[in-house]
Amino acid sequence: MFEYNFHWRPVLKTLPDLIQAGLTTLEVATLSMVIGILLGLCLALIRMNMNGPLKWFAVSWIEMARNTPALFQLFFFGFGLGAIGINLTPYTIILAGLSFNCAGYLAENFRGGFQAVPDTQLKAARCLGMNAWQAYTRIVIPQVFKVIYHPITNQMVWAVLMSSLGMLIGFRELSGETQFFASRTFRIFEYFAVTAVLYYVIVKIILAASRLLAMRLFRY
Amino acid sequence: MIQVRDLHKHFGDLHVLKGINLDVNKGEVLSVIGSSGSGKSTLLYCLNSLEQIQQGSVHVDGIDVHAKSTDVNKLRQKLGMVFQQWNSFPHLTVLENVALAPRIVKGKSKEEAIAMAEKQLKHVGLGDKFKHYPNSLSGGQQQRLAIARALAMEPEYMLFDEATSALDPEKVGEVLDTMRLLAEEGMTMICVTHEMGFAKEVSDRVAYFHHGIMEEIGPPEQIFGAPQSEHTRKFLANVR
Repeated sequence: MFEYNFHWRPVLKTLPDLIQAGLTTLEVATLSMVIGILLGLCLALIRMNMNGPLKWFAVSWIEMARNTPALFQLFFFGFGLGAIGINLTPYTIILAGLSFNCAGYLAENFRGGFQAVPDTQLKAARCLGMNAWQAYTRIVIPQVFKVIYHPITNQMVWAVLMSSLGMLIGFRELSGETQFFASRTFRIFEYFAVTAVLYYVIVKIILAASRLLAMRLFRY
Repeated sequence: MIQVRDLHKHFGDLHVLKGINLDVNKGEVLSVIGSSGSGKSTLLYCLNSLEQIQQGSVHVDGIDVHAKSTDVNKLRQKLGMVFQQWNSFPHLTVLENVALAPRIVKGKSKEEAIAMAEKQLKHVGLGDKFKHYPNSLSGGQQQRLAIARALAMEPEYMLFDEATSALDPEKVGEVLDTMRLLAEEGMTMICVTHEMGFAKEVSDRVAYFHHGIMEEIGPPEQIFGAPQSEHTRKFLANVR
C-alpha cells in the first residue's frame, strides 16, 4: 500500500543527543517560568493597583503576549531587535520570548487569584499590625498560589511545548536538534515520532512532580 | 482611653457617621447596638484606621489615630479586632494563625510566639486544636481562634464587630462566653452586637446608634429599662 521503509536505527543512535536536547528544553522552559511568574506577579499587581503610564505598560504587555502568536513574539526578540542592532543569541531569544509570553498569561492568572482571596483576609492581617508587605507575602500571596497552582502547572506544560518554536530561530532544543538530525538522515517521520514521545514523557514527569509538590505544599 | 470627637465619615454621598462624640475608659465594656446601616461597624473601623475619616478626631491613649505621622501598624497592636466573618488564615494551622503576628510584627522569638499562642488558645478553649487547619473547625471555634489571635498581640482594647452574627445559633453561646470571660478579666472592650442579652448583662454602658447619630448612651439599666429617646424605645420594642 505504501512503500516507506521505517529506519529507527539512526534515531536510536542519536538518542543520547536528543535526551540532552530535551534537558535544554526543560531548562529553558523552567527558567522562563520562573521569570514569567515574577514578572506576571508584578504585572498583575501593577494592573490592579496603579494608574497612568505604568498601568498602560502592564496592560499592553498582557494584551500583546496573549493576543499575538508566540512565534511572532520570538521573531520580535530575534529579528525585530536584530534590525535595530541588538543581536541576541538563540538561547536568549527563546528565553526572552517565552518569559514575555508566560508573564502575560500568568499575570491574568494572578489577577484572578487575587480576586479569589477575600479582601477581608488582607484586612484581618493589617488589623494584627502587619504592614502591607507582610500581609501580602504571608497571608494573601500564599493563598493566591493555591488558587492558581494548577493554571501555573498548565502554563509550565505550555512553555515546554512552546519552546519547540526555538527550531525556527536556530536554537537546538529538542525540536531544533530533531530537525538537525532529521535533515541529515532524511528519517524525518522517525525522528519526530521519537521526539513526540520524549515531549510526552517530559510533560508527564512535570505533571507528576507538580502533583507531589502540591501534596507537600497544600495540606489544608 | 479612647476619645472620639465630632467624628464624621462619608462614603461618597452617603453620610455614615454624623458627628460622634464618645469616651471609652480603660477597663470599660461598651456595647454598641442599633439597626443595620446605622454606622456602628464603621465607627469601629475608624478607631483603628481601617477607614479614613472626613472630619473630627480619634485619640487612643493620646495618639491621634488619623494623623499622618501616626504609625498605624504600631497603633493597631493596641487594638485587637474580631470580625463578623472570623477571617482565620486558611493556609496556616491554628497555632500558626495565632503565633504569626507576634513573631513578625512584635519580633518575638519563635519559642516565645508559640508559647504565647498556646497560652491564648488554651484560654479560649482550643487547647486540643493546635495542629488543625481552620477548615476543620466549626464557626464558633474559628471565631474563638480569631479572638485568641487578637489576644496574642497583647492588645489594650478589643473591638468586636458583630462577632456572633454569622454563627449558627447553637455556636453563639460559646463565643459570648469567651467574650464574657475577657470582660471579667478587665479587658477594655467595644462590642458592636445584636445580642441584647449580652449587652444588658456584660456591658458597663450601652450606646444606641440611629442613622449615623449616637442617639443615646448610658448604663444598660437606663437603655433597656428607661430609654430616654423615642428611637431607642422603638428599636428595642422591635428586637424583643
